[in-house]
Amino acid sequence: MTTKPLVELAKTIRSKNAGVDQITFDIVFRDRETYELVKRSRALSPEVVARLYSIPPERITAFVEFDPALAIKFTIRRERPSGSPGERDVFGAQQYAPLFDVPIPIE
Amino acid sequence: MNILSPTGHLGFTPIERGSFEIGVTRRPDAIVADSGSCDIGPQPLGADEHCSPEEWQRHDLELMLLAARRLGVPMIVGSASDAGTDRGVNQYAEIVRELARRHRLAPFNLATIFSEVSRDEVARRLRSGVRIEGLDGRADLTPAVLARTDRLVAVMGVEPIIQALGQGADVVIAGRSGDSCLFAAPAIRAGFPEASAYYLGKVLECASFAAEPFMGKESILGTVTADAVSVTAMHPGQRCTVASVASHAMYERASPFFEHVAGGVLDMTHCRYEQVDERTTRVSGFAFRRDAVYRIKLEGSGKVGERAVSIAGIRDPYTIRHIDAVIGWARSKVEERWGEPGTRYQLYYHVYGRDGVMGSSEPRRAVPGHELCVVVEAVAPRWEDAEVVCALGTRNLFYARLPEVRGTAGTAALMMDEVLRGKPGYEWTVNHVMPLADPLELTSVKLEVVGR
Repeated sequence: MTTKPLVELAKTIRSKNAGVDQITFDIVFRDRETYELVKRSRALSPEVVARLYSIPPERITAFVEFDPALAIKFTIRRERPSGSPGERDVFGAQQYAPLFDVPIPIE
Repeated sequence: MNILSPTGHLGFTPIERGSFEIGVTRRPDAIVADSGSCDIGPQPLGADEHCSPEEWQRHDLELMLLAARRLGVPMIVGSASDAGTDRGVNQYAEIVRELARRHRLAPFNLATIFSEVSRDEVARRLRSGVRIEGLDGRADLTPAVLARTDRLVAVMGVEPIIQALGQGADVVIAGRSGDSCLFAAPAIRAGFPEASAYYLGKVLECASFAAEPFMGKESILGTVTADAVSVTAMHPGQRCTVASVASHAMYERASPFFEHVAGGVLDMTHCRYEQVDERTTRVSGFAFRRDAVYRIKLEGSGKVGERAVSIAGIRDPYTIRHIDAVIGWARSKVEERWGEPGTRYQLYYHVYGRDGVMGSSEPRRAVPGHELCVVVEAVAPRWEDAEVVCALGTRNLFYARLPEVRGTAGTAALMMDEVLRGKPGYEWTVNHVMPLADPLELTSVKLEVVGR
């Protein structure tokens, strides 16, 4: 099976606060064909995300496919609220990088 | 009705004048911006400080005020001065008065809306049995958590802003507000359906972030009709496309389908997006449902302690392989004198080059870089204690005892043998919703005449 890393298929891969307790991730594709390919492959799923980020599945509070924006989107509950002592990313803006390497079967 | 949105956070970085002036030539019916966010962390609310320089805040307010008065249309600014506290509202109102004097503006009505809520008021409601429900998986608010909270704001809905406009306000400076409500308020007051009005707010609240290519602080113009909203980029190099507008629906939100505001929810599940010209996208198919019980969001922040920070570097590959043992040693030396971390102190090691950004979620933490930056963060009720804990926790990185270490003259590079004083550490203690009998019961509107 041939695979491509997600970073080569997506137009945008980003993370950002969704309120003070959650970080939301957006993976946006350039065209419907690529979006549908990734969606169909099930290579991105709550289980995959939980494994990738070493978090219990309960911390994933939403996982949706958003057709109008050609986007796959999920949301994670933070360990502690944004900006608390000991916290690492006030805006949640650099949490997306591990998604780059997720292998997507392309045929 | 047309509304001009020049910035997603007034004052955070200055509004770009070019696209704003183009927007003004389209003769909008209102100029609206929010000036705050909970994104910036809990410190500005807890300490009641602004995080944007006043010079930039004045710049943005001046641009909006002069244009709005020239056109004779309302100017609405919410979440004044970053956290939307009473201090922020008073600060912005004073800037508006100064600007009116300096530019010798003809008299106009300035409304200030306050939405800070005292801890005593919330405590009283808790005692009377009101359930203050936690958001995003939080437990309901308890007296103990409230006691750790220094300052609270209620995130107002459209009602106080509609009230101010109804009293003849030309300029509204509001405390903490729902971003979309600032734009929805004038549209609802003008008779447009709630669904269209809130969608207008939702799409305009971050200004040019709803357009492409990516640019900040550029203006966009929204047009609302009974069943659709059109949005147009004002910067000549930007376009509002189906992709950029749809994509914005999910920005900073857990769900792209629902936007919760005080009193109800905007449902975007069945939105239809059409490109109507090169720079304009039209959206329809949204719905708005009112909640059975009107609930308002409360945000609260409490001080955890004074915060000290220091920085150490590590280059020895053997030490890097044993970095957890090194940190373990430093922690144990702190614990010898200070006991287990808890109420007396907190101590954190951020290991950049391994997992400083992602912590235990870092998939590559087993393969650290060839050098590490360790940021040591200590928090304690008194600054003197935070400083000592931080120094102890850093210097012992230098003295770590490892069985086979070759470098026996020090196991860390100290960029400077110094502890830096950070702003105090705060925590978001309150992210809850509280039921209200009357949407106006927590806010107060003051009206005054300003100008020549």
